[in-house]
Amino acid sequence: MDMYEEVILEHYKNPQNHGKIDQPSADREEYNPLCGDKVRIQLIIKDDKIEDIRFQGRGCAISTASTSLLTQHVKGKTLAEVKKLDKDDIVKLLGVDVNPTRFKCVLLGLKTLKLAIYQYLIDHKKHVEEKEFKVSDA
Amino acid sequence: MEVRDDFPILKRKVNGKTLVYLDNAATTQKPKQVIDKVSEYYKEHNANIHRGIHKLSEEATNEFEETRKKIAKLIGAKEDEVVFTRSTTESLNTLAYSSLRSLGEGDEVVLSVMEHHSNIVPWQMLQEKGVKLNFVDINPDGTLKMEQFEELINKNTKIVSIVHASNVLGTINPIADISKIAHDNNAIMIVDGAQSVPNMKIDVKKLGCDFLAFSGHKMLGPTGVGILYGNNFDNVEPFLRGGEMIREVSLREAKWNDMPWKMEAGTPNIAGVAGFGEAIAYLERTGLSKIRKHETELVKYATKKLEDLVTIYGNADKTGVVSFSMNAHPHDVASLVDSEGIAIRSGHMCAQPLMDRLEVPALSRASFYLYNTKEEIDKLVTALEKVQKVFE
Repeated sequence: MDMYEEVILEHYKNPQNHGKIDQPSADREEYNPLCGDKVRIQLIIKDDKIEDIRFQGRGCAISTASTSLLTQHVKGKTLAEVKKLDKDDIVKLLGVDVNPTRFKCVLLGLKTLKLAIYQYLIDHKKHVEEKEFKVSDA
Repeated sequence: MEVRDDFPILKRKVNGKTLVYLDNAATTQKPKQVIDKVSEYYKEHNANIHRGIHKLSEEATNEFEETRKKIAKLIGAKEDEVVFTRSTTESLNTLAYSSLRSLGEGDEVVLSVMEHHSNIVPWQMLQEKGVKLNFVDINPDGTLKMEQFEELINKNTKIVSIVHASNVLGTINPIADISKIAHDNNAIMIVDGAQSVPNMKIDVKKLGCDFLAFSGHKMLGPTGVGILYGNNFDNVEPFLRGGEMIREVSLREAKWNDMPWKMEAGTPNIAGVAGFGEAIAYLERTGLSKIRKHETELVKYATKKLEDLVTIYGNADKTGVVSFSMNAHPHDVASLVDSEGIAIRSGHMCAQPLMDRLEVPALSRASFYLYNTKEEIDKLVTALEKVQKVFE
């Protein structure tokens, strides 16, 4: 039961930054193809920095805890910094042994966050391509 | 049942514990007789079939065609009514792609909300041609609302395609009754038998269906062997075209081979088919009615043991399947019991429309086969009690 350390269960039972932003600068919903779980991430972005972040939707413990930890981690970071985050960063944030069959759960939050940023940049006429914001679970 | 020694994989350890394999509705384990047959095929007989004049080709062809005879006998069909494909999915796609040519505006297809994606997604293609899809709903106990067949099947209905046993609920549907309604309206009756043929004695004449699709790997056979039974392929266009399926080819046209070969283009999974023949022999020696009885006993036992711990979906007469939800997400349940060496399925189980209908994002599923035991169910119950504590 190595994956279900106290930190995971704590964030699952009491997810941080869970809730809604009324007038977000970016808003994106994605789902986990394994189980159909949905997560929605909303952002307030100022001067290319994440000033506030909230997420909605409750998935499995692994995806909920990952998203909760991720929101704490990225608050105050620049979009460029967030764009660089990958699988290894999230696994490190979790600090537990993740079974490879669960990478899709671990990365659901990051995948959604990056696509929210992509959408924001496109809406602000920036020249970016969607593939730059894809998160690999390999 | 005294069969466990025949299954080498049941001796292996997973996470330090003896494997408890309860994901049989996804694929079953293979007895050594089947594994040996595949190995023997490659060691002794390997050649391409229906082509060579040499001895090995003759032997390989025999292995392949012998399995076809066994399948025909198993389901009460004629040999030339049995087509080999890769999977149940490919079998159903064969029929859907063929219908893409023959159906159009004004035609209707009747399915149900408990279908596996493989009996929904291929038919969705027909919507491009203006074909309307109608879906029969379920009752709270997981049975089909039979009265809706009478309402939905009419003179516009060209195809009724229904699962025999649900991969999620386990419900065994009254196919013979549905076939009758379909035929009274001149519609073709197609049955997805992936979860029923492995678990009970099937007779296509009694089912009254026109087509039956199922897979070898869910009944002790190797992966990569699917079957499509059909009582009339005159109007079914070959899905794949190329070698073996032709009688005569010129630069601009071709004439099809006889049944069943016109439906079998390309080199098939010959070793897999040979192995599947051995799987059928194994199941017949054991007795499908005994297997069905054993599974029913296990489901009854598991239901009694799990009742207070989880919510079970589907309470009708069913195959060896127990799908459930509890205080933890199905993926967390599956991960946690996996650490005890227990393999169960979690997720939408390729039935998202059914999950939507049941108003759950996903479920966990334990599914049994002839080698499972009550002791294994006890281990599952103990593991689930631990899961419940972790999440309470």
